[in-house]
Amino acid sequence: MYDVVIIGAGVTGSAIARELSRYQYKTIVLDKNSDVCEGTSKANSGIVHAGFDNEPGSVMAKMNVRGNAMMEQLSKDLDFSFKRNGSLVLCFDEKDMDKLEHLLEKGKKNGVPGIRIISKEEVKKMEPNVTDDMVAALYAPSGGIVCPFGLTIAMAENACENGVEFQLNTEVVHITTKDGGYVLETSKGTFESRIVINAAGVYADKFHNMVSDEKITIIPRKGEYCLMDKKVGDYVSSTIFQLPTIYGKGVLITPTVHGNLLTGPTAVDIEDKENTQTTADGLADLLKRVAVSVPAVPTRQIITSFTGLRAHWTEHEFIIKEVDGAPGFIDVAGIESPGLSSSPAIGEYVAELVQGIYPMEKKADFKAERKGIPNVAEASFAERQELIKKNPAYANVVCRCEVVTEGEIMDAIHRPLGATTLDGIKRRTRAGMGRCQSGFCAPKTVEILARELGKDVSEITKSGEGSNYLTGYNKEDI
Amino acid sequence: MKTEIAIIGGGPAGLAAAVAAREAGVEDILIIERDNELGGILNQCIHNGFGLHTFKEELTGPEYAGRYIEKVKEHKIPYMLHTIVVDIAENKVITVMNKEQGMFQIEAKAVILAMGCRERSRGALNIPGYRPAGVYSAGTAQRYVNMEGRMPGKKVVILGSGDIGLIMARRMTLEGAEVQVVAELMPYSGGLKRNIVQCLDDYDIPLKLSHTVVDIKGKKRVEGVTLAQVDENRRPIPGTEEFYECDTLLLSCGLIPENELSSQMGVDLNPVTSGPVVNESLETSVEGVFACGNVLHVHDLVDYVSGEAKTAGENAAAYVQGTLQKAGAEIPLKGENGVRYTVPCMVDTERMADKQVVRFRVGNVYRDSYLCVYYNDKCMSRAKKKVMAPGEMEQVILLKSKLEEFEGLKSITIRIEQE
Repeated sequence: MYDVVIIGAGVTGSAIARELSRYQYKTIVLDKNSDVCEGTSKANSGIVHAGFDNEPGSVMAKMNVRGNAMMEQLSKDLDFSFKRNGSLVLCFDEKDMDKLEHLLEKGKKNGVPGIRIISKEEVKKMEPNVTDDMVAALYAPSGGIVCPFGLTIAMAENACENGVEFQLNTEVVHITTKDGGYVLETSKGTFESRIVINAAGVYADKFHNMVSDEKITIIPRKGEYCLMDKKVGDYVSSTIFQLPTIYGKGVLITPTVHGNLLTGPTAVDIEDKENTQTTADGLADLLKRVAVSVPAVPTRQIITSFTGLRAHWTEHEFIIKEVDGAPGFIDVAGIESPGLSSSPAIGEYVAELVQGIYPMEKKADFKAERKGIPNVAEASFAERQELIKKNPAYANVVCRCEVVTEGEIMDAIHRPLGATTLDGIKRRTRAGMGRCQSGFCAPKTVEILARELGKDVSEITKSGEGSNYLTGYNKEDI
Repeated sequence: MKTEIAIIGGGPAGLAAAVAAREAGVEDILIIERDNELGGILNQCIHNGFGLHTFKEELTGPEYAGRYIEKVKEHKIPYMLHTIVVDIAENKVITVMNKEQGMFQIEAKAVILAMGCRERSRGALNIPGYRPAGVYSAGTAQRYVNMEGRMPGKKVVILGSGDIGLIMARRMTLEGAEVQVVAELMPYSGGLKRNIVQCLDDYDIPLKLSHTVVDIKGKKRVEGVTLAQVDENRRPIPGTEEFYECDTLLLSCGLIPENELSSQMGVDLNPVTSGPVVNESLETSVEGVFACGNVLHVHDLVDYVSGEAKTAGENAAAYVQGTLQKAGAEIPLKGENGVRYTVPCMVDTERMADKQVVRFRVGNVYRDSYLCVYYNDKCMSRAKKKVMAPGEMEQVILLKSKLEEFEGLKSITIRIEQE
């Protein structure tokens, strides 16, 4: 019997798990995927929004501004990459200035610090590569960029270190009530819990609807992205949004916290909650749209493209509350943008909700800090030598594009909630995330995974069951 | 640690450069190699066909590399294995790391860049679809099959008709996979004619020119790909889509010289080749830094790499021995009208050898055309070529005596002309 079961090990579930791990709850996180951060949390803009976009008074507005404010300290406590690079919303037409003013007003009401409208000249000074065909921009200095994997994994690991259990490869199939609590039937056995937290992203409606007669619908809103080489990572320095135009809602272009250039997302509502394929039309549309902000996007430097699904609730608002008629069942649903930015605040708020339902003492030995995997690429000469002294494997570079060493890959495998797949290694260390996109390092990483996990290389997968990297031996089919 | 000549990369280019520099009398040479053995990519090229020019016999890749490795060992040229170069400063201080010695610096008088190239990835091609396991660059698959004895897939579609893709079509077939088709975006193949005959035709593997992959199906592992024909602007033609069930997509869509270290140290790059801009001595824009092999421009025959590397090695030797004249007036070399680039990019008529080989690739298939060399505006030679194709490297030879004779020489242009 658990006190709390969290469905979903994305950024929201992980944030909640970490906040709950401050208390003496017996908590478990269940996820159908082979790793944490495998759903919406792995494929998004990596933006920490300033919070001017949300309707004043909304849950979104509150969570976003609070989450943004928490992010800096959290990045220090949990050792993940975060940078306040500021954000700009470009206005392309004098006629639209009232819309920019309106955004400014919303931002002020939401308590966004330092927000102001700046002139075309100021914008050009900050961002020489943006179009001349703009008239002004809304500038929010508190906007930031974060590594979405880094944030999610850091919170999950810290929760794990503080006693939260994680069970991956476990899909929740049914939820029924029993003795004031819940029984969750899963693909890997049955779990009983006093409290259930539904942080299931695009599937949150499915679980909500199992316990409530007031049905909700979460629509997967598909967004396609293109990621560009670090060579052009400084093409823009702030995150550049577009004021919606007659051509539709805009797309953004931003440096990533690791120094790549990212553009996206398109927005298409779809039905299939697993449809993360990119499309020729989508990518073409994206590049056309981003050219409105930055006419000469260096598309020749694209190193990969990907699709993410936002968990869009038809009312476009976060649902964070105990479900009516289902005591102890807490929805954390409709967590689309600004969900990543809001996650620390959502974690904090949900922990309060849980406390309200079932109060519990704090742990005396809660560890608020977590140290990440050493980053050899960014270490100084002296730091590198120190690392190598500890483990010579820090001198063996496996991924040459991103300068990731065998030592870092071994760390990624042996940490709490360690990586078991190639994608897991990639998200923890960046091995395979560079310009050659794992052409050179994948065989070596597969070998290290097999060695460290005591498996044969044929058992190693890209992203869990069914995604094996190799199919057999030479000539075995002849 | 100090050395006269540091050679970055122990593949065919680095090995031949090292041997040449030693034979030119330089004692203190160091080859720095990131892999666990010398030989570079040749170690996974177990097919034959190497060395026809250099050794007048047909060798496999490892055998060809072996010839040079033997010479390196005979000459007792020092080399470091599984050692990665992290950085080369403009003053030629090289920072390296390996498991045994940790991280340390090497001061070199001359540097030869011989890092080779990498394959264009799926992402760089921006192929839409899912991102499952089963999409490999042809070279990655080649490493698995030829060095580890492991199959990356059983039912294969190959995109791109570069040489590695063609070789892998045959290899995968021989190892028991079913290679269904090779699709090529361009209306011509990017590989050598002999490879199309020996690797595709001999095994009845169809080559679909002007075709590309427009979709990849399969969330976990590749389940199939959709090919479509493309128009003259390389855009897929709606209605021509054809689905191929397969578990593997191999990509052989071009090679990119790996010049991240070069550009960090301030070496100017040629945007067409993505390789360093070099003069007739294969010296880059940074004095005393030379380049050869696939890091300079992508070759189709290793024999040419060895020849080029020999030149780089000899000139690096002359540089450290103080016998390489200071670069004087350099005459720019230009490719025009179908000639995409030239290596070298300029010649110093005083420094050059009696004969200077200029290598280049053409941008399209040209039949019954003329390869012309101009000094300033004057056509100096006009040679009829039956066929020139992007997959085959071309060359012209400049004679020092003729360049010196020509008064007021300002530029040399190589171009393709009809009639």
